[in-house]
Amino acid sequence: MNGVHDMGGMHGMGPIEYEKDEPVFHARWEGLAFALNRAMGVWAKWNLDASRHGIERLPPAEYLRMSYYEKWTARLELLLVESGLVTAEELAAGMPAPGSPKALPALTAEKVPALGKGRPASRDVPVAPRFHAGQSVRALNMHPAGHTRLPRYARGKQGTVDRDHGVFVFPDTNARFLGEKPQHVYSVRFAACELWGGQASPRDSVYLDLWDDYLEPA
Amino acid sequence: MDARAAREHEHDHAHQAVPSDPALRVKALESLLVEKGLVDRAALDALIDTYQHKIGPRNGARVVARAWVDPAYKRRLLANATAAIAELGYGGSQGEHMVVVENGPQVHNVVVCTLCSCYPWSVLGLPPVWYKSAPYRSRAVIDPRGVLREFGLDLPEEVEVRVWDSTAELRYLVLPERPPGTESLSEDELAALVTRDSMVGVAKVSA
Repeated sequence: MNGVHDMGGMHGMGPIEYEKDEPVFHARWEGLAFALNRAMGVWAKWNLDASRHGIERLPPAEYLRMSYYEKWTARLELLLVESGLVTAEELAAGMPAPGSPKALPALTAEKVPALGKGRPASRDVPVAPRFHAGQSVRALNMHPAGHTRLPRYARGKQGTVDRDHGVFVFPDTNARFLGEKPQHVYSVRFAACELWGGQASPRDSVYLDLWDDYLEPA
Repeated sequence: MDARAAREHEHDHAHQAVPSDPALRVKALESLLVEKGLVDRAALDALIDTYQHKIGPRNGARVVARAWVDPAYKRRLLANATAAIAELGYGGSQGEHMVVVENGPQVHNVVVCTLCSCYPWSVLGLPPVWYKSAPYRSRAVIDPRGVLREFGLDLPEEVEVRVWDSTAELRYLVLPERPPGTESLSEDELAALVTRDSMVGVAKVSA
């Protein structure tokens, strides 16, 4: 979706605000927001792509106003209600509906180290690559209303495949629970001048990791 | 304020579905999810403790220092970063698919996620606020040299700048240049010099 989250190349966002000796969490609630998101993900009612799309679907003004962990909290509330784990009434009341059954937590403290081992997004399935290193490609000029990982600033631009990373889950379908559609992901090098015109340094480049379905031969 | 008090506070503002104060909002959500049996408080504490105390940029600094002292390790790191990082015992969430890019006198690499906040947790921990914020995400790709100047790094025009936008599940770690005058330092002493910012590519390592 052409949302405010797709920020590459935007102007007017102000100077970088650097905090020296920044703590991991600035307050207890930030850590709690992080942990709640991680713990609820274990219920497997959504996936990584759907959770990213959850943040992208926050109202644009809210997205820009909210701090990082406020966005994570709002996203979690959205996904909880959409998945049916919590009703909108329960969320508003801050307590379970009378007589609702009590679950057993999906994540216990003993299982936290296993969760930390991660979950590869690569898939060991035989899918032929459509492109190869050194090949000239163009990112599609596409504007899907749903989730995509092809930023606007690269659409329609020509680049060169730098390397093939292998086969990965395709976010555009996975975010909407339409299947993993595994396909190759490539590191594609775009000259800075191709992306930004003559104002860019002729030496510089931007590398993006792009799926087969985002590319065409050029 | 405890969760019950938070709910009462909320009832004082009947037209507001959820509290606007983020701390209250998260506490209310935690309380609801605990009461529904969906989360376990001990698991939440363990998650917070892990990312606050066990995973952070010291992991990445050890990888960098090893690469500086062991040329064979550096070759493995640049060829298959995930496996080479696992040799030192690091891996897992948001480090499942690692790529290491090397800085040198002619090439400077810098990492961003313009679409969200992708960052190599397993070697750098959770990202700092500036990395996740609009100013960095918007400008790192269109004006990397200007961004680096804001971090105090003024690169000569003849140095090539490569920006890595983390648009997929690959996570990037910059291997910074080893500073001159560090020939006599041990691997541990070298690791102590390596900063988080140098491994994102917004700073150099100085001795």
